[in-house]
Amino acid sequence: MSKVKAAIYWCSSCGGCDEAIVDMGERILAVRDAVDFVFWPCAMDPKYSDVEAMADGEIVVSLINGAIRTSEQEHISKLLRKKSQLVVAFGSCACSGGIPALANLKSKKGIFDRSYLNSPTNVNPSGVVPLEHSHTADGYPMELPKFYETVYKLDDIIEVDYYLPGCSPNGDMVFNALSAILSGKLPPKGSVLLPDIALCQSCDRNSTKPDSLGFTEFKRLIHVQADPSQCFLNQGILCMGPATRNGCGYPCIQGNMPCTGCMGPVGSKDQGARMMSAIGGIMEGESEEQIAKTLDGIPDPAGTFYRYSMSSSLLGSHRKENK
Amino acid sequence: MSDLNLAKKISIDPITRLEGHGKIEIFLDEAGEVDKAYLQLPDLRGFEKFAEGRPAEDMPQITSRICGVCPGAHHMAATKALDALFDVKPTVTARLIREVYYNLHYFEDHLLHFYFLGGPDFIVGPTAPKSERNVLGVIDKVGVEIGKQVIDIRQRARKLIDQIAGRAIHPVLGLPGGVSKQMTPDIRDSLRVFSKDAVAFAQFTLKVFDDIVWKNPAYRELLLGNVYRCETYYMGMVDPQGHSDIYDGDIRVVDQKGKEFITFAPKDYAKVIAEHVEPWTYVKFPYLRDIGWKGFVDGPGSGMYRVAPTARMNVSNSMSTPLAQEQRLIYENAMGGKIVHSVLANHWARLVEVLNNAERVQQLIEHEAFLSPEIRNMNLNTPKEGVGIVEAPRGTLIHHYTSDKNGIITSANMIVASLANVSAMSMNIQSAAKAFIHKGKVDDGLLNMVEMAFRTYDPCLSCATHNLPGKMPLQVNLHQTGNAGRTILRNSDGSINESQISKEGNHG
Repeated sequence: MSKVKAAIYWCSSCGGCDEAIVDMGERILAVRDAVDFVFWPCAMDPKYSDVEAMADGEIVVSLINGAIRTSEQEHISKLLRKKSQLVVAFGSCACSGGIPALANLKSKKGIFDRSYLNSPTNVNPSGVVPLEHSHTADGYPMELPKFYETVYKLDDIIEVDYYLPGCSPNGDMVFNALSAILSGKLPPKGSVLLPDIALCQSCDRNSTKPDSLGFTEFKRLIHVQADPSQCFLNQGILCMGPATRNGCGYPCIQGNMPCTGCMGPVGSKDQGARMMSAIGGIMEGESEEQIAKTLDGIPDPAGTFYRYSMSSSLLGSHRKENK
Repeated sequence: MSDLNLAKKISIDPITRLEGHGKIEIFLDEAGEVDKAYLQLPDLRGFEKFAEGRPAEDMPQITSRICGVCPGAHHMAATKALDALFDVKPTVTARLIREVYYNLHYFEDHLLHFYFLGGPDFIVGPTAPKSERNVLGVIDKVGVEIGKQVIDIRQRARKLIDQIAGRAIHPVLGLPGGVSKQMTPDIRDSLRVFSKDAVAFAQFTLKVFDDIVWKNPAYRELLLGNVYRCETYYMGMVDPQGHSDIYDGDIRVVDQKGKEFITFAPKDYAKVIAEHVEPWTYVKFPYLRDIGWKGFVDGPGSGMYRVAPTARMNVSNSMSTPLAQEQRLIYENAMGGKIVHSVLANHWARLVEVLNNAERVQQLIEHEAFLSPEIRNMNLNTPKEGVGIVEAPRGTLIHHYTSDKNGIITSANMIVASLANVSAMSMNIQSAAKAFIHKGKVDDGLLNMVEMAFRTYDPCLSCATHNLPGKMPLQVNLHQTGNAGRTILRNSDGSINESQISKEGNHG
């Protein structure tokens, strides 16, 4: 039986999603028996020209991780879309922008100024910044991909068939997703390849979760030491569990730290709105003043509620161009 | 067009990345001889800017996303920067847990490099068929049983990291003044069994290096020869006794002769290090401020400095554990003394560190405070400014934050370890290209030599690469005056295909 052709590509990412594939451990050998990775720049020949030479739809599945910030990332994503039957947005960055999309709270100019002009270690009297077209000191021409004004999620750029969130997904999630693809037992197009239930439902601290408890303050982790036996919300520590999809095995909570929401939203497209309604239900507060005081314990609501999903939110979207 | 002369250029694109995607540009003169070569990194994410406005305590988890291969290094540098920001000293227990975690991270990361990433060049051999130069080739060479042990010991290390720090990829351990989780007798028992096996495995790996690499005259020649060698300043962390230290200490810089240039406390880093900006790459080039940026040249007049395992040996007096120190002396004697300029020596020095990591875990877990519930010092002071430095597996890593009185970040500066080596890497690529490209001709030898020039420098360039059959992706576009361009593609069996370049050329 001929092997299934698959591709893996990274855009603006950290490499953790590629490590996650390796974290399948010995199971990756079984995957290799069934799959021919025709394009995986981190591990195999890249063969851009080979991909270009393929028939449209020749690749059965492309797993694309990372957000889209440059013209090069857009170009390769579009090429893979054309050549692939299925595209999976792999990891939080591809699904919803991930950590790199926190940059959408800032302008491109702000990022360049900080990186190249204003840092305490820069020595840059003539104000040099990277350019798409430039020359070296010896006069040789050089080119860089265009750096966009904002960070896009993958489905802003191309059509995506399935989503596998997580920062990064773990080895089990990767193996199960690949198994579903290989066996053809796939949910409707556009689905997330994980169950649609909240993290809280599997959490072993769920029995201590408050349902209507009125508390009046959120506490930051610089001010309290978390009790490992109690639900974080019960301790007044913000945990994204109620608004976040299950499937990761809650390793952060097992490390005695609250969920920060990397698995993306459960039940709704907007994780932040979902979380705000969840805490609204347990928060004491008759007056706006009282509510505002309670929320003082969440000093960065945008970066907290949309930690991994800024590209899915309206925040910073005024800089988006139509792709 | 007048810039036709400038079109005599070879692009190697893509190589794998360093926090992004990498590309090599080689420029030829009229006669087709190499004039200059540059390493270009065309990605930027802007962590320093979007850190602003975030709560300081979120930095260890946000900045670990700079790199998913060595997230532990950013996590630790950020956590130590928070200690400084809030002017709080971690408890004895917290420090023990952090160091155990960090040594485990080093252990698995270094072994990944030796067996999966850079090592196959040596273990399988630079002249072996390229389809064998990968981890499966390594397993063939050392035997299936050993291959299974490699996978097994690495997975055990990563599982222990999960138990201590929540997760291996993007840990959640670090908080100002401490850690998030108390250790249990069960975890310590597992660590005891593991660290004993880890010491034995590190010793075995050093023997593999000795048998397969050092005892082979051809490889020895590569290690000691002049192909990949340059004389720069070196930087690394040392403890008060002058031992190499990966977690804490002052930063020492030595010159090309091994003489101390300066030793500084982390908070003074910006007095010593400056960064240079070029318009043709998204990364900056760190250098020694007092010497100055002199371009891509080595020697005492150039502020270029290098980091990573060999640099750590060069700046420190000795190792902190007995077995690793024995091995270090063997390494120094073999490599010709206290100061080593060979790039490929990093492979060996890395293995000496692996043994040190395993021994350190053994020592640290036996401390009476390891299981104590005193995991955090809650006496935080009003935050203002803090610098945290660790030795990442790939070298000295600096995080520097300022905040308002509520601990909301107002500015961040990070000097990532690998960048210190990028300018030297560019130089080595250039010298390899000059040695192997003549009259505009490119062959497989060039591609291999270029490949080795960056791979040995910095495993982060090959981030998670080579863990599966395959090899560095290399496509060379050769542009020559008056001729149509050619694309030269190296196939997985090592053969070379040539074709006319398409009008769009390659993707920059």
